[in-house]
Amino acid sequence: MNPTLGHLLQQEIPLTWYLLLSAVLFCLGVLGFLIKRNLITVFMSIELMLNAVNLSFVTFAHQWHEVKGQIFVFFVMMVAAAEAAVGLAIIIAVFRARATLAVDRIDLMKL
Amino acid sequence: MTGSLHLWLIPLLPFAGFLINGLLGRRLPKALVTAVALLASLGSFGVVLINVFSMLGSIHMPASLPVVETFGTWINTGALHIDFSFVLDQLSIIMLLVVTGVGFLIHIYSVGYMAHEEGYWRFFAYMNLFMFFMTVLVLAGNALLMFVGWEGVGLASYLLIGFYFQRTSAADAGKKAFIVNRIGDFGFLIGLFLLLANFGTLTFSEISAKLAANPAWTGGVLTAIALCLLLGAAGKSAQLPLYVWLPDAMEGPTPVSALIHAATMVTAGVYMIARTHTLFDRSPFALGVVAIVGAATALFAATIGLVQNDIKRVLAYSTISQLGYMFLGCGVAAYSAAIFHLMTHAFFKALLFLAAGSVIHAMGGEQDLRKMGGLRNKIPITFWTMTAAVLAIAGFFPFAGFFSKDAILYEAFQHGGSGKVLWFVGVVTALLTSFYMFRLWYLAFTGESRSHDVRPHESPWSMLGPLSLLALLSVVGGWIGIDRFGSFLAPVLGEVGNSATAPGGKQLDIMLSIIAVAVALIGWFIADRLYRQKPDSPARIAAALPTGYSVLVHKYYVDEIYAMTIVRPLLFMSKYFLEWVVDVGLLGGAAWMLAGSATLSGAILQRWQSGNLRSYAAWLAVGAAALLVFVFVPWSTVLANFGIHLGMAGQ
Repeated sequence: MNPTLGHLLQQEIPLTWYLLLSAVLFCLGVLGFLIKRNLITVFMSIELMLNAVNLSFVTFAHQWHEVKGQIFVFFVMMVAAAEAAVGLAIIIAVFRARATLAVDRIDLMKL
Repeated sequence: MTGSLHLWLIPLLPFAGFLINGLLGRRLPKALVTAVALLASLGSFGVVLINVFSMLGSIHMPASLPVVETFGTWINTGALHIDFSFVLDQLSIIMLLVVTGVGFLIHIYSVGYMAHEEGYWRFFAYMNLFMFFMTVLVLAGNALLMFVGWEGVGLASYLLIGFYFQRTSAADAGKKAFIVNRIGDFGFLIGLFLLLANFGTLTFSEISAKLAANPAWTGGVLTAIALCLLLGAAGKSAQLPLYVWLPDAMEGPTPVSALIHAATMVTAGVYMIARTHTLFDRSPFALGVVAIVGAATALFAATIGLVQNDIKRVLAYSTISQLGYMFLGCGVAAYSAAIFHLMTHAFFKALLFLAAGSVIHAMGGEQDLRKMGGLRNKIPITFWTMTAAVLAIAGFFPFAGFFSKDAILYEAFQHGGSGKVLWFVGVVTALLTSFYMFRLWYLAFTGESRSHDVRPHESPWSMLGPLSLLALLSVVGGWIGIDRFGSFLAPVLGEVGNSATAPGGKQLDIMLSIIAVAVALIGWFIADRLYRQKPDSPARIAAALPTGYSVLVHKYYVDEIYAMTIVRPLLFMSKYFLEWVVDVGLLGGAAWMLAGSATLSGAILQRWQSGNLRSYAAWLAVGAAALLVFVFVPWSTVLANFGIHLGMAGQ
């Protein structure tokens, strides 16, 4: 056993690391949302952003010994599940109608 | 006084008639419309009569009059308190008797005159509406309620002048009457505001009481108030310079001319001055203006009346002239003489108009005197009643006009140095009056008929009955005498009888009467020479004096002058400045600018809605980032680095 590693494991991981991870994940989600063409990838990016937020919720809940953050996470997961169901249905409908999943070609919603 | 007099019935009965005929008249049978209208005005007259008779025993007990009946509070804000209150005193009794009595007779007459007209129900609804407002005007215990009646009779007058609204001239005449009256009403309103500001009340009795309590209070603001009220009176009573609407008002049906534009409504100005005479008494200047306006109008209108060929227009100018007499009477503080003349004038002028209506009826609608003639034997009853009225207005003893005109002229003569001038103007006017009335009389009734395609026929009895009654009143109406009349009105108008009091007054009175009658005889004689003995001479005189004649025929070009100086500039300004610059330019331009800027910004902003999902998301991200920056950047510190301090940060 490496005492140093053991020492490290016993120690609390600092709050900052969790938050940084959360921020990185969120930014990846935003980036994916903005630059990917495939609608399904875009959709997955949204899930990534949601989970990044969930992570920060849980972090704070743990930090402040508050259960509210955890409850929020359940809400977000529930909404995400519903969103996934509806979103996938919409994607399938769009694909059937337009025969493509490229976001920049689904641009009929304008004046 | 035991119990209520139910004064509210007097105006409300005609109002009920107006509501019934106005709302349902179109569907009601004609007989029912007639019955409602006649009963409404008869009922009103009846209530007045009952009140007068119940009071006859108590006339010599001044405590019993005036009777004030209050039916509730109208306005009550701070210092301003105005009631719905009616006042029955000697003055309003006289006016009510004239208004409802003559009004009822004219209603009867109208049944015959309007029998074959379109809108029979409409006519009677308006007539009843007029009776309602006129009785409100007369009974009103404060100036504001009087103003309601004042405006109301103006409305009824407008509606009735424009009764034949398909005719453009009638509609225009209605508008003209209304607009010219508005100028007068403006004066009346300003007068009311001044009264309110200086007296704190609009109740006539309180104003008089305050004036009586401050005997030193003269001139100044009282003159201003009196002149404002005079402007209102001049508008309603068709005096210079606002008389122009009355001749045009003859576009209305003849009974309307008789009731509204001769007997009752146009005398409202005289009544108003008499009602507020305590104010005028305190302002010699305003009284002088009243007298001058009256005398000038009397002479001015009489000269125009000399050459008019429309039978109703002759009478219209005669009405203006006679109203001038009443103003002259008011102006020399002879209010009871003015009211006396108001009453007799109501009789004989209503009669003149109704008889003229009967003539027009007989001639099948012809109003031009030049096309009449020889009607004497064809419509004898109309002829005789007309004769009585002509004698009365010309001022022959013992007809009604003699007594009242004599009273005014006598008072004018007694009124200091300037009074002689006023008297002289009055006498000249009397000469002209006599001349143009006999001219009308000769042209219509004597000689040969000048139009051959009409068969004159006597009017039905519903028209002849009122004619006969009014003819009777035109004869006997003045017999009461100014002394008794004046002493009856004295509790309100605060005068003593006239001729008996002044030294040598009786002889002077008789002398002046003889002059007046002589002058009337001269007028008759001239008319006789010109229109009976030498029927071609008027044309020769007109040819000899082309300028004078054309000035008179064109009514001194007053309408043209008003059109040039007031109407045209107003229309010009309305069209080119108000319509084009203000309305189309400024207001329309502002509206277009607003709409245009919305459209333009919309056109720019709509590019944001590209339909591209990723651009939406990008903007969302940018927005979120901007919000974060805004919230978390410590702005005050950042700006402080640049030397800018926000709010308290610098202290």
